[in-house]
Amino acid sequence: MKQKDNVSPARRIAVPGMLACIALILSYVEALIPFNFGIPGVKLGLANLAVVVALYLLPVGEALLVDAVKILVTGLLFGTGASLLYSLCGGLLSFAAMALSRRSKRFGCAGVSVLGGVFHNVGQLAAAAFVMGTAKIAYYGPVLLAAGVGAGLLIGLVAGRLIPLLRKASAGRR
Amino acid sequence: MDDKKRHLKNDILLVCILLAAAAAALLLPRLFRRSGADLVADVTVDGAEYARLPLSENAELEIDTDGGGTNVLVVENGEAYMKSANCANQVCVGTGRISAEGELIVCLPHKVVVTIETEG
Repeated sequence: MKQKDNVSPARRIAVPGMLACIALILSYVEALIPFNFGIPGVKLGLANLAVVVALYLLPVGEALLVDAVKILVTGLLFGTGASLLYSLCGGLLSFAAMALSRRSKRFGCAGVSVLGGVFHNVGQLAAAAFVMGTAKIAYYGPVLLAAGVGAGLLIGLVAGRLIPLLRKASAGRR
Repeated sequence: MDDKKRHLKNDILLVCILLAAAAAALLLPRLFRRSGADLVADVTVDGAEYARLPLSENAELEIDTDGGGTNVLVVENGEAYMKSANCANQVCVGTGRISAEGELIVCLPHKVVVTIETEG
């Protein structure tokens, strides 16, 4: 089988697996120490750091795999049945927004992550509106929009520092 | 290097635009909000009308939902708040008191939404 980018099969399994593990650990850290912004339901989403890093270091398909593992396994570990639906809607919409904005080459890592944060909340709000059968909860839209920008910016700035370091560390290793 | 500068500029622009949009969406409805005595707390469960309580009368309402969910809504001195709920996250209880048109309390696990509306 032809290998893209000359990456060894072991590496193609190890790196996404490692990033998915990091995402799970970060979820666990956040479950232990919730970073509250004083608004009920709003959180930092520390695990998305691993997803943003994956998006920059891996092909888009593998990054999506990291995101999917993060969503499904954190849902099983920390979630209640219904919370998986919110995570799925938020996570996948967020990923789509980040993958597209990264491909557009118009934004830096911070901008990509901010869009991810915003669309994460848009997806969750849409899921909530669907579940509750009412659009009234759009009332929370502006607050969630600002929260998504804040959380996305924090994650994006950290990822922006991490990605060049990780690229350097893995340079030349196939 | 040039790319980096352009990215930084776009990122800053993006953050500013999004925050401005959030601030506008938050503040504009407040300018047009009517405050008066004819406000009601509208309670829906799973999208269906459950009760309407005028804010001018103190009351306590037990909201029973399918699957054994119970929320206790209190109307007191023109404000509504969730006194208790038998759910795990207690977000609705933590929301606090609401009294202005458009404000709401949501209990996702029980699909309960309480909104402040004008009567009529």
